[in-house]
Amino acid sequence: MAQTKEKVLFERPKSLSDKPFTYCPGCTHGVAHRLIAETLDELDIADRAIGVAPVGCSVLAYEFFNTDMLQAAHGRAPAVATAVKRVHPDAIVFTYQGDGDLASIGTAETVHAATRGENIVVVFINNAIYGMTGGQMAPTSLPGQITQTSPTGRNVETDGYPIRMVEMLSTLDGVALAQRVALDTPAHIREAKRAIKKAFQNQIDGKGYSIIEVMSTCPTNWGLSGTDAIGWLQDNMLPYYPLGVYKDVAAKGDAKEGATDE
Amino acid sequence: MAEKVLMKGNEALAEAALRAGCRAFFGYPITPQTELAAYMAKRMPKEGGVYLQAESEISAINMVYGAAGAGARCMTSTSSPGMSLKSEGISYIAGADLPAVIVNVMRGGPGLGGIQPSQSDYWQATRATGHGDFHPIVFAPSTVQEMASSINDAFELADTYRTPVIVLIDGMLGQMMEPVELPEKKEKKAKKPWAVTGHGGKREQNIINSLNLDTPALERMNIERFERYKKIKAKEQRVETYLTEDADLIIVAFGACARVSRTAIDKAREAGIKVGLIRPITLVPFPVDAIEKVVDQTKAFLTVEMNMGQMVEDVRLAVAGRAPVEFFGHTGGIIPTPNEIFEQVEILDKQKGGEA
Repeated sequence: MAQTKEKVLFERPKSLSDKPFTYCPGCTHGVAHRLIAETLDELDIADRAIGVAPVGCSVLAYEFFNTDMLQAAHGRAPAVATAVKRVHPDAIVFTYQGDGDLASIGTAETVHAATRGENIVVVFINNAIYGMTGGQMAPTSLPGQITQTSPTGRNVETDGYPIRMVEMLSTLDGVALAQRVALDTPAHIREAKRAIKKAFQNQIDGKGYSIIEVMSTCPTNWGLSGTDAIGWLQDNMLPYYPLGVYKDVAAKGDAKEGATDE
Repeated sequence: MAEKVLMKGNEALAEAALRAGCRAFFGYPITPQTELAAYMAKRMPKEGGVYLQAESEISAINMVYGAAGAGARCMTSTSSPGMSLKSEGISYIAGADLPAVIVNVMRGGPGLGGIQPSQSDYWQATRATGHGDFHPIVFAPSTVQEMASSINDAFELADTYRTPVIVLIDGMLGQMMEPVELPEKKEKKAKKPWAVTGHGGKREQNIINSLNLDTPALERMNIERFERYKKIKAKEQRVETYLTEDADLIIVAFGACARVSRTAIDKAREAGIKVGLIRPITLVPFPVDAIEKVVDQTKAFLTVEMNMGQMVEDVRLAVAGRAPVEFFGHTGGIIPTPNEIFEQVEILDKQKGGEA
């Protein structure tokens, strides 16, 4: 009997542990984790990588990345990462934060780590809602979006407007790369992977602070199926949060708007 | 022979911390601890360490969390309102069993209060440094010399017991100048195999974390931590006594109040009153053994504090009803005078005579 020649087409990245994810079905956290883990493997930096997990759905990220990890207080990951990187300049330090963590309770830490040009990678998961606590209004919830704490829809008169973080951070001199990507289509996922890899390469090259905002879904708290959640993201979030490179010191010029589907 | 120099308390503490191997400092400007951070800003880069002015006290203490988790001997310093902001981070440091030193140069409160010396954060340091079941070790030096010499102990105990250590100083000590013999430089480094450094492909991942969703496991962790506190209580009580052998009145005071009390005691002794001093050097663990030693011979205790009466509760717990425990104090930045304390001692002495 002829021997079958097996070829591995896809496998779990080495930097991901084999523990089952605690994320809901249809949630895009798993894809974001994989992209980071693949990047750590491909750039061969897992052995010197140190991650910082936030408070929120990804609070247990230290279970899933098998690099050295710290779990930070809510919003404080950039401060924790700053110190870790300063103490171990040769380590590769990244934070993984949601929108409540990064753009609400941790806004000060986010802005100041960025303006100091800390040579770290920040992966920002924006799903426009507080997931872990059961679906409250987030700093990035859209105008009119119904949540547990905006039951008639986010009213900008009383609740204010969502924050576009990468646009805001792109104005800071300390930022090397500020890019928004999405996990809604295979093409966008490939683009997200390229962006994350570029961010980590920036750190290796000593270029400074890189933030990748990843437009993500929360089927459970949006009350939608996984597929419908992808549709909701495309129809509602992407118009408000345009994909693209908002700052890139490594590029010839800074793109100010619009997606860069290479 | 070590050099003797004239230094401000805040600066002496900073220099001693550097000599104790502190290689990461994260601060935020606030009076009256400012000289400490300024000294670190000048000296730390020369020692090859990390000095960083954070955007807030909250950020500074979380940087300490990160640096401590990364294995660095690290510290922060602040004054009272800043300590409130740090309490979140101190709780996480305790929960993750990280060694770190936090200096609080106290000013009057509550709220913005004032910028003059105070001891009104005693309860905060010993009882409510943050949410959850924990307490730090607390040092309370009373001279510039002791500020310099206790900081090494603070770092050592932090490493030994993997706990936050608070150095609680009243603003007077931070600002005053005294001759100080600075400690020798220490090169020995504690091994920290638990620190996050990058696993280097040589070991399993290290995780710095205070989260435990498994309730029995979380309880076991808390019980283990309190076993350590028991050891700390048994082994690390630090205290200075003055003329306690024959005393039937005992003043309990720490920091600047202990200095003033000593002068009052000398005056009372001249007047024939047998009064002595117990000066806690560690507030946690509280020197209950020193109080136990004199409790049977003591007719009355007097605590002298720059607050409305906080440590007096710990003295009452230690005395456990076996003698009256009185309190005298000032707040708002007013330091009790030797004469005021002497008057209190005279009153107690007369009451004691009346009862006999």
